[in-house]
Amino acid sequence: MKALRKLFDKMKPYVGEGGKYHAFRSLVDGFETFAFVPNKTSRKGSVNIHDAIDSKRIMSFVVIALLPALFFGMYNVGYQNALAAGQLANASFWGMFWYGFLAVLPKIIVSYVVGLGIEFVVAQWKGEEIQEGFLVSGIIIPMIVPVTCPLWMLAIAVAFSVILAKEIFGGTGMNIFNPALITRAFLFFSYPSSMTGDCTVWVKSHTICGLGFNVPDGVDALSAATPLGDAATSTFQGFDCQTIHDAITGFIPGSVGETSVIAIAIGAVILLWTGVASWKTMLSVFVGGALTGWLMQALGLTHIVWWEHLVLGGFAFGAVFMATDPVTSCRTEGGKYIYGLLIGFIAVLVRVLNPGFPEGMMLAILLLNLFSSLIDYCFVENNIKKRAKRAARAINK
Amino acid sequence: MSKMFSEENKAAFCNPINLNNPIAVQVLGICSALAVTSQLKPAIVMGLSVTVITAFSNLIISLLRKTIPNRIRIIVQLVVVAALVTIVSQVLKAYVYDVSVQLSVYVGLIITNCILMGRLEAFAMQNGPWSSFLDGIGNGLGYALVLVIVGFIRELFGFGTLFGFNVIPKCLTDAGYVNNGMMVMPAMSLIIVGCVIWAHRSINKEEK
Repeated sequence: MKALRKLFDKMKPYVGEGGKYHAFRSLVDGFETFAFVPNKTSRKGSVNIHDAIDSKRIMSFVVIALLPALFFGMYNVGYQNALAAGQLANASFWGMFWYGFLAVLPKIIVSYVVGLGIEFVVAQWKGEEIQEGFLVSGIIIPMIVPVTCPLWMLAIAVAFSVILAKEIFGGTGMNIFNPALITRAFLFFSYPSSMTGDCTVWVKSHTICGLGFNVPDGVDALSAATPLGDAATSTFQGFDCQTIHDAITGFIPGSVGETSVIAIAIGAVILLWTGVASWKTMLSVFVGGALTGWLMQALGLTHIVWWEHLVLGGFAFGAVFMATDPVTSCRTEGGKYIYGLLIGFIAVLVRVLNPGFPEGMMLAILLLNLFSSLIDYCFVENNIKKRAKRAARAINK
Repeated sequence: MSKMFSEENKAAFCNPINLNNPIAVQVLGICSALAVTSQLKPAIVMGLSVTVITAFSNLIISLLRKTIPNRIRIIVQLVVVAALVTIVSQVLKAYVYDVSVQLSVYVGLIITNCILMGRLEAFAMQNGPWSSFLDGIGNGLGYALVLVIVGFIRELFGFGTLFGFNVIPKCLTDAGYVNNGMMVMPAMSLIIVGCVIWAHRSINKEEK
């Protein structure tokens, strides 16, 4: 740690005002404030309240909370590959993990290089401090795309979302939509054949650096659908026990980080324990989804049991990591309940009633992102009215 | 002759193409710009149709401007525009049938294009026929210019073609290039129009 501190101190004169490498100021500054809490205090003569941890430290907590799901996702990539190839008996735990690691790593690198690259350029251009928001989005993005998604598509989608969903609105903290979800939405609508469909999309089918297995073309396992894809077909009669068990542990084909409910639950505990995410939002998403799932089942519209919605697909991941994004979700305490309930409601509604979209979580969260400010506005206005009335009563007395 | 190309007339013609562009600055006629620009050919045909209609409706209304009673001027303007739109629509059906099918209702909907009524009200009712005519052509071309830019981007990335000819080299598609499905959707053209406006404003920043 000390050596790192010294390194940054050494670099200071070079990147400072008039220094030789002034063009890299925001880059160095960004990494320094990420590694060390900035040594700045509020201006004298004004009253300020600061939390002990700043937004870069909060971001780090979210990244830590994402790691269980990410590591499990890597393992699952290898597992699905071995399963599809019919070589599960010959595959070792570490073999499968490293295979998945090598499959996911390029996506993480591309997502960070493109996203942070744009942020650094914009920060340098505007002469501002580097915005740290991409730290979390950069790790979420590889986790919510299929493992076979080509890197160039990912790069375009990341660039699109960082520029048009974030920098245009003024950078970190100003965006209306969750940038990671915009990346996914862009991919989903631009390149649907690479984003949805049978297991050719969800399972990587060739070896990487000698690890993993080559899955021969035309194997049944590759033309299988994901559980939610199954549920959208007309012949669907309800899930068997094994599928649901797999969906909870995470051994189902799906986007890299979203499959395992257990790994996501560990992340949820970290987020709630550190107080980074709001339990109100998280809980109400699950309640909304469960109630709607129950209603749909009671009306006979679907064979999915109400609680199965919560463990399938991206529901848990979205509820824990995406819906609770402090920037794009509601900020009023009451609004958080409405926001969460509606996300759960719409996600299940899309899943059940729209055969074109087996998964509705992304669309539900993006839609509610749009309405979160409106919900907040209503709550704030209501509060103002209530207090005005109370004040009027007090005066009349 | 010198009067015909005076500074004012030049401005009436040139301003709407760039500095006072109907789409990029006045933000009029967005609806059709989103609907017809998925390919270059309909975009150009649409742009030209609107140019012809704005030019001649401006000319006719400008000639009539002193005889039109103020209270019924909107109806008179509408009659003129509707007649011109019908003529253009018939010409398109006769000579470029496939494009007119592609444009479908949007040719008829030129009647409701805000650029038309806007120019008639704001310019042709106050100015002489020649400068009104130039103003109409300028506005039509300004509209067509944005349509062509958007149509070019959308056809190139959405279909991989230009005027229906394949322009994406085979080596790229072999390497895994896929056309962007979102470019074909109207949602994306709204984003592209937004980007065009963004670029336009940052280029013309000093002149504001």
